[in-house]
Amino acid sequence: MSPTVVITIISLSILAVISAVILYFVAQRFKVYEDPRIDDVQAILPAANCGGCGFAGCRNFAEVLVSAETFDGLNCPVGGSTVMDAAAGILGKVPVKVDPLVAVLLCNGTPEFRPFTSVYDGVADCRIQHSLYIGETDCSYGCLGNGDCVRACQFEAMHMDPVTKLPVIIDDNCTACGACVKACPRKLIELRKKAKKDRKIYVACSNCDKGGPARKACKVACIACSKCFKVCEFDAIVIEKNLAYIDATKCTFCRKCVSECPTNSIIEINFPPKKPKIEVQAEAVSN
Amino acid sequence: MLKTFPLGGIHPPEFKLTSGSPIKQLPLPQTVAIMVSQHIGAPASLLVNKGDSVKTGQLIASINGFVSSNIHSSVSGNISKIDTIIDTTGYRQTAVFIDVAGDEWVDTIDRSSELVRDINLKPEEITEKCRESGIVGLGGATFPSHVKLTVPTGKKCNLLIINGVECEPYLTSDHRLMLEKGEEILVGISILMKALGVEQAMIGIENNKSDAIAHLTRLSSDYKGITVYPLAVKYPQGAEKQLIKALINREVPSGRLPLDVGAVVHNVGTAYAVYEAVQKNKPLFERVVTITGKSVTNPGNYLVRTGTAVRHLIEAAGGMPDDTGKIVNGGPMMGKALNNTEVPVVKGTSGIILFPSNESIRPELKPCIRCAKCISACALNLEPYLLANLSARGLFERAEIEKITDCMECGSCSYTCPANRPLLDYIRLGKSTVIKMARQRNIK
Repeated sequence: MSPTVVITIISLSILAVISAVILYFVAQRFKVYEDPRIDDVQAILPAANCGGCGFAGCRNFAEVLVSAETFDGLNCPVGGSTVMDAAAGILGKVPVKVDPLVAVLLCNGTPEFRPFTSVYDGVADCRIQHSLYIGETDCSYGCLGNGDCVRACQFEAMHMDPVTKLPVIIDDNCTACGACVKACPRKLIELRKKAKKDRKIYVACSNCDKGGPARKACKVACIACSKCFKVCEFDAIVIEKNLAYIDATKCTFCRKCVSECPTNSIIEINFPPKKPKIEVQAEAVSN
Repeated sequence: MLKTFPLGGIHPPEFKLTSGSPIKQLPLPQTVAIMVSQHIGAPASLLVNKGDSVKTGQLIASINGFVSSNIHSSVSGNISKIDTIIDTTGYRQTAVFIDVAGDEWVDTIDRSSELVRDINLKPEEITEKCRESGIVGLGGATFPSHVKLTVPTGKKCNLLIINGVECEPYLTSDHRLMLEKGEEILVGISILMKALGVEQAMIGIENNKSDAIAHLTRLSSDYKGITVYPLAVKYPQGAEKQLIKALINREVPSGRLPLDVGAVVHNVGTAYAVYEAVQKNKPLFERVVTITGKSVTNPGNYLVRTGTAVRHLIEAAGGMPDDTGKIVNGGPMMGKALNNTEVPVVKGTSGIILFPSNESIRPELKPCIRCAKCISACALNLEPYLLANLSARGLFERAEIEKITDCMECGSCSYTCPANRPLLDYIRLGKSTVIKMARQRNIK
C-alpha cells in the first residue's frame, strides 16, 4: 500500500470517530421524548388520513388520543367502535360508545321532478356554479350535479347517477368521514345515525323557499305543509325555514309521515314493501 | 405617443356596433320589478307596502348603513306585490313589482331640458344630494357615490379623474352619453370637483372615440380646470387603478384606494347622474343601456327605467335572433350570462349583448403548457395560472399570500390562454373564499 492510501484511511477514521462522539452527545442533549404508545395507537388507526375525526391525519389523532383525559368527543368514524375499543385497550381508558353515521343526500331533484330551465356550460365544479347562479333548474337549494362530493370521497362510496344526475351513496363503503359534507357548496349532505338494516327515513329536500315557488321548481320539494309534523307521535319532526327535518335520534321508523307527505319529499329506504291491509286481515282470519 | 398603462393588457376586437346610434327612450313596460339591492353594500330597507301607489322618482327603499343607497320608483302606478325575482346575481332577491299607470313624476323634479350651469349648493349639500338621490357608480361596480365623495379626515384629494374609457368591447352607452350630453357631463364634473374641493379634473377617453374626445375638448374650454386626455386603446384601461396609472403615472398600492394617491375616479355616467340629481333634482332611476350583438337586427342605445325586464330591450332591438346562444349582461369581458330574460335592468346594467351560438361555446379544455401568456396579460402583475390552480385545489391561504384579492376580474388571462383554461372562473372562486375567510378572521 502506498503511504497516501494509508494516510487517507487513518485520517478519515479519526474524523469518523470524532464525528460519532459529537453526534452522540448532540443526540443526547437534543433528544425529544415521544410517548411510545403514540406509535402503537397509530398502528391500529386506519391510516386513511381523511380528517373525519377533526384532526390533521391519523398521527395527529393518535397524539390527541394519548394525551386525552377521556375519549369524550373523540371518535374515528372510519374505524368505528372496533378501532376505538382497541385504542382504549392500549391506553387503559374507557371507550365511549358513538353511534355510527352514514351520509345521505338531502335532495331528490331528478330531471323528472325538477325540469331544466337553462344550460350551464362552464367549469364542471359545483363551487363555481353555485357562486355564479341558481343553477340549471329553478331550485336555488338543490343539487347542481357536478360531482364535487364524488371527487372528495376517498372511499369509493359515491358515484354520479347519469340518469338522475344526483350522487349515489353506497352505505357499505361510507365511513362518515364528512369530506363530502364539506365539499358540497349547497350543504346537501347530512351525516345521519345509522339504523339497523340500513333503514332510512328522511326529508330529501333542502329547499327553504315558501311552498309555492318550491313546488314550482321541483315536484318533490318540501313545501312545509306541516302534515308530517302533525302525524308524528314522537316529536321527531321539526319545521324550520319552510323545511321539515326528521331527527334521526328520535325517529322510530313508524313510517306514518312517509305516506302523509303530499309531495313525496320524505323517502324511505331499505324497508320491505308494505303489505296491503286486506291481505293482513285475510291472514288473521286464516290463523 | 398616447398615454396608457404599462403593464399587461389585451386588445380584444371592438365590435362597437352601436356607436352611431343615438340614445332613444325605451317605451314604458306594463310592469317593472325594482330590486332593493342595486348597489354594493347593504340592501336598502323597504318603505312601501303592497297596494301603495307611487309616483316616478318617489323613494321606495331607503339607505341602510353607510355603504348603501336609496332606491326610487322608476315609474308611476300601483305596487302589485313585493316578491323575489332572479336578478343579475343569478339568485332570487327581493324586488318591488309595480303595475305601470301613466307616467306621473314627483313634483320636485325639473323635467325641462334646459342646461343649468350655476352650482348653488355647498360641498356637503352636494354629497347629501347624491346620497338622497341614490347615485351609485355607473361604470358597473355600483359603489355608492356619496361614500367616494366623503374624503376621510387625514386624507387629501387633489385630483378628480373622470372615466370615459369604456374599454369593454360592444358597449357604447358612455360614448353616446358623452356625445349627446357633453355639457351636462361637464357641469356634473364641476359639481363633483366642488364637492371634493379639487381644482383639477381629467377626463380619460380611449382614442377609438375620437368624436367624443373632440366634442368634450371643445366644450371643456368653457369649464375651469377640466381637461380631456385621449388614451391609447387597451383593455382593461377602464379599471380605476389602470386609469390612474395611465393618466398621472402613479400606482395605487395593493389593497389601497385611489384616494391614497390623492385621486378620486368617477364614471362619465355618474357625472351625468350627479348633474341631474343636483341641478334637476332627479333621482337615479333610469340609465343608458346598450343592446347589441352581431345578429341583432336593430342594435341601439336606450334610456331605460330601472326594473324594466331585459325582454323589453330585446324586443325593442328587433327580437331575439334565432341563433342566440348566450345573453350577457354587461360587457363581453366582465359580463355575466343571464339565465332568463325577465331579469330586471338595475343601476349597474351597462349593456345587454346577444351572442350567436357559434361564439358562445366554451372551447375544448387543454392542459396548461406554462407559456406564461396569462402573466404577460395581467395588468396587476399577478400569476393567474398559479392563483387558479391554488383555488382549484382549495389552497386558499397560499392564494391569499399570492395576492388573489388584488385581482379585478378583468378576464384578460382567460381571454389570452391558448389552452382555454378557466383561469378567471377559479380565481373568482378563490377571491370570494379568501375575502370570506378574512371577514371571519376580523370578526374573531
